[in-house]
Amino acid sequence: AMAAAAAAPGPGSGPGDSPEGPEAEGPERRRKAHGMLKLYYGLSEGEAAGRPSGPDPLDPTDLNGAHFDPEVYLDKLRRECPLAQLMDSETDMVRQIRALDSDMQTLVYENYNKFISATDTIRKMKNDFRKMEDEMDRLATNMAVITDFSARISATLQDRHERITKLAGVHALLRKLQFLFELPSRLTKCVELGAYGQAVRYQGRARAVLQQYQHLPSFRAIQDDCQVITARLAQQLRQRFREGGSGAPEQAECVELLLALGEPAEELCEEFLAHARGRLEEELRSLEAELGPSPPAPDVLEFTDHGGSGFVGGLCQVAAAYQELFAAQGPAGADKLAAFARELGSRYFALVERRLAQEQGSGDNSLLVRALDRFAATEIVERVARERLGHHLQGLQAAFLGSLTDVRQALAAPRIAGKEGPGLAELLANVASSILSHIKASLASVHLFTAKEVSFSNKPYFRGEFCSQGVRESLIVGFIRSMCQTAQSFCDSPGEKGGATPPALLLLLSRLCLDYETATISYILTLTDEQFLVQDQSPVTPVSTLCAEARETARRLLTHYVKVQGLVISQMLRKSVETRDWLSTLEPRNVRAVMKRVVEDTTAIDVQVGLLYEEGVRKAQSSDSSKRTFSVYSSSRQQGRYAPSYTPSAPMDTNLLSNIQKLFSERIDVFSPVEFNKVSVLTGIIKISLKTLLECVRLRTFGRFGLQQVQVDCHFLQLYLWRFVADEELVHLLLDEVVASAALRCPDPVPMEPSVVEVICERG
Amino acid sequence: LQARALTPQTAETDAIRFLVGTQSLKYDNQIHVIDFDDENNIINKNVLLHQVGEIWHISASPSDKGVLATCYNKRGLETDATCALHAIDRELILTLAVSSADSKVVTCAAVWRMPLELEPGGQDSPEDAASPAHALELLCHLEPAARGSTACVAWEPAGDGKRVISLADNHILLWDLQESSSQAMLASSASLEGKGQLKFTTGRWSPHHNCSQVATANDTAIRGWDTRTMSQIYCIESAHGQLVRDLDFNPNKQYYLASCGDDCKVKFWDTRNVAEPVKTLEEHSHWVWNVRYNHSHDQLVLTGSSDSRVILSNMVSISSEPFGHLVDDDDLSDQEERRLEEKSQEPPQDSVIATYEEHEDSVYAVDWSSADPWLFASLSYDGRLVINRVPRALKYHILL
Repeated sequence: AMAAAAAAPGPGSGPGDSPEGPEAEGPERRRKAHGMLKLYYGLSEGEAAGRPSGPDPLDPTDLNGAHFDPEVYLDKLRRECPLAQLMDSETDMVRQIRALDSDMQTLVYENYNKFISATDTIRKMKNDFRKMEDEMDRLATNMAVITDFSARISATLQDRHERITKLAGVHALLRKLQFLFELPSRLTKCVELGAYGQAVRYQGRARAVLQQYQHLPSFRAIQDDCQVITARLAQQLRQRFREGGSGAPEQAECVELLLALGEPAEELCEEFLAHARGRLEEELRSLEAELGPSPPAPDVLEFTDHGGSGFVGGLCQVAAAYQELFAAQGPAGADKLAAFARELGSRYFALVERRLAQEQGSGDNSLLVRALDRFAATEIVERVARERLGHHLQGLQAAFLGSLTDVRQALAAPRIAGKEGPGLAELLANVASSILSHIKASLASVHLFTAKEVSFSNKPYFRGEFCSQGVRESLIVGFIRSMCQTAQSFCDSPGEKGGATPPALLLLLSRLCLDYETATISYILTLTDEQFLVQDQSPVTPVSTLCAEARETARRLLTHYVKVQGLVISQMLRKSVETRDWLSTLEPRNVRAVMKRVVEDTTAIDVQVGLLYEEGVRKAQSSDSSKRTFSVYSSSRQQGRYAPSYTPSAPMDTNLLSNIQKLFSERIDVFSPVEFNKVSVLTGIIKISLKTLLECVRLRTFGRFGLQQVQVDCHFLQLYLWRFVADEELVHLLLDEVVASAALRCPDPVPMEPSVVEVICERG
Repeated sequence: LQARALTPQTAETDAIRFLVGTQSLKYDNQIHVIDFDDENNIINKNVLLHQVGEIWHISASPSDKGVLATCYNKRGLETDATCALHAIDRELILTLAVSSADSKVVTCAAVWRMPLELEPGGQDSPEDAASPAHALELLCHLEPAARGSTACVAWEPAGDGKRVISLADNHILLWDLQESSSQAMLASSASLEGKGQLKFTTGRWSPHHNCSQVATANDTAIRGWDTRTMSQIYCIESAHGQLVRDLDFNPNKQYYLASCGDDCKVKFWDTRNVAEPVKTLEEHSHWVWNVRYNHSHDQLVLTGSSDSRVILSNMVSISSEPFGHLVDDDDLSDQEERRLEEKSQEPPQDSVIATYEEHEDSVYAVDWSSADPWLFASLSYDGRLVINRVPRALKYHILL
């Protein structure tokens, strides 16, 4: 068994020949046969490596591996397998070797058969080619014969062909000559019949020939005749042209014919324009007559229709005809037309504007747009568009001012009627909505300029600049700006003593601007951007800038409102302090009426502001506690302050005390900017008023009872004013300062008992 | 002590000296003569008694150091209200005071002379050695002759200290002071007529036109007067939204006038065109009580306000000094200063130079020193006097 096993691998010249190991199966063997072929064709390396079963290609015990070593394999078998298995593997191997041998025999046989049949095919092809060669030779000889024949035939026909051609030429020439000879009579006939077009065509055809052959006497005669007739023709045309009444298209025809007759284009062009001008001016005059001195002119629509169909139509026709006729004139001609159209156009638009101004309306853009649509001259359209924008802007501003006037009246009216609270919020809503609707209307009418069916809307100007620069910037942004300016101008009007502008209007405007800042501006701009899909890249004013402007305006208005209202109250206080003789006042029994008035006014302002602005923040303190603290606080403080004044030895104490107290209180900015809420507004007003009171008190000298009166008044103010302000400490501070100053200005300072003060105030 | 009145000693050109009048109803009022020693930064104070009443306005004679005029409030039972001319020896001062008669408070003016011994003593005495209070020598009263309360007195700025204007209710009174004597002669007067109670609040004497013009303020209007004929020459109606508090003439430009008022604004006027202010400042947050041009550099304007601030502004655009003035032919040794100057080569602009917030009460008076153009004083109601200097950088900028 050993020998057999050793002998079996022996004849195998390569590793492929070796039979499979014990695990080999049917399909595995077939693959092995392929492997052998591949090996034969030099593919073994890669293939062997790619084999899935061979875990290690370098394994010398792998029968199919490239590095198969029979000795090692045998050794391994001998060492690892029992005898029975060795026997089994031996028989298996023998069987495999046999199968492989028979396989090989089959393959060799098949290949041999194929080779034999291929040899046969090649031999057959060789014979076929030889036959084809013979036939090609015969074809070549036949072709040579055909060429020969064809040459001979054409040589025979040459002669006759030439003669025929000549005859045809002569015939054509004769026909032309006949035309020439007949030309004068034909022309005459045409002229007589009025078929100018035909005549001009004939003339045009003949002119070149005649000019070429004018050295021949007979032709010259014809040419002369023709020229005479043509001159007549031209004259007739000109006359017709000059008569003018025949309307633009016919005139255009005449000019066309004259041009064809070689008349100088410059002159014609001038004349044409002059004629057109005459006609259009007549139209204008009739329009002007309609405008007339008498106001009850016809309907705007009628007017515009008339103007549109008459003048604009005429102008369009002229422009179209001109461009068609004098296209060859180059830029100079176009310039002439542009100048012409611009002049007349501007006159027309002046008329239209006048008409529209008469009507006070913003005009119907749709008609105008339709009229303009027929216009070719872009410049005019652009200019008109710009004018319309300006017009709309004015209209918007006028509307704004108008609504302001309405508000003024609304504010003034109920006051006369004695009613209180004209519903500021309502007025505000009215103003805002009316402005908004005006803006929307303007946008809608301007929008017609960019409507799809209008031809010029496709021009780059209308797609880009008009939308962004024109509509967005100059119309909308311009309007918002002017609105802000108008509002601000109310603040700047100098010298007025709380007079010219009703404070409520200031308040209302301020709220309006604030609303604009928060919502409306962005809304309007979005609306605009949507309607006019702005494609232009040119820089536009961002929403934030406008918002900032509006906010600034609102702030200034509100500050001004505070100043005005503060001024009103402080005037009242000042008068009350200045006109009274404080030295000879009687002992106070009541709170002075002025103070009650101040409180009333402040309450009224509070209500007014409350209609439009939110409450705002105040330093929380319950009403009860504040009241109590005040009375305690003030009485103790007053005691503290007045006490030193009884002892003349310590004059500095008063100052010292008040200075120390001041060290702990913040500096009060009296005219400081306010915030957008009710409390801040009222704080501002009260600050202004109380500071005025303080300064006025310092300018006076008080008697004992004068001082006490001041004390009572201040306490009264304290009782009622604290609820309006953000920080009631402020009111305490200012009022204490007032009382202290009054005490300083009093040679005989005897303060009233706090309890008495309270009683008086509560009674008041 | 409360105080409202402040003036530089106009005739004094060597020492930096201010006069402050106190305003108190309970104690004897005083006039403090305050010397500021520039080199040692020391303040000397001399107290003069002004027993007649509280001082509302004070002004020193431009020619005689010892003479001053005050407007004062006098409380008493005597029915006649008086104006007085006080003198401190050779120094004349004018003060204004208020007196009350029975139930009336009347302000009157007087010219006073400061005592002589004060001059040498003042310089040596330690600061608060409480040198015995000297009484003022009364030169004369400017008697309003039942014409009401005097609001303001003003000396003729360039003359020999003989002519004084006083404003009483709605009258302008021009006084001639007799040579060295205690006699004031009423030279001429004019009065303002109109509906309502018209009252002058303040007035200034223009240094131009040979000192023939006076400007006064009442309510919201500013009026100019010719002292020769005592007739009105111009009127700025509603110059301010509210009361006009003070005026000052530009010392170098004869038609320029500054005013301030309760609308928190300072306005500059060209009196030839009174329709519009040339310039308006709105820096203060409360009434502006005082406005003063610097005597030699009229771009420097000082304002005091009851928001307790003093603001020094640089009004280059309407000053008499040309813009290109600061072109350099200098030999600046200091590199820093040169840089400073280069910076200032940029076109000068009107600006606030500094805001002084040392005061804690309303500032009722500010004024420049007559001796040192870079020094000024401000006085607040609580009696605090603050002396400040123009910032050094700006000073060099203007000078070079």
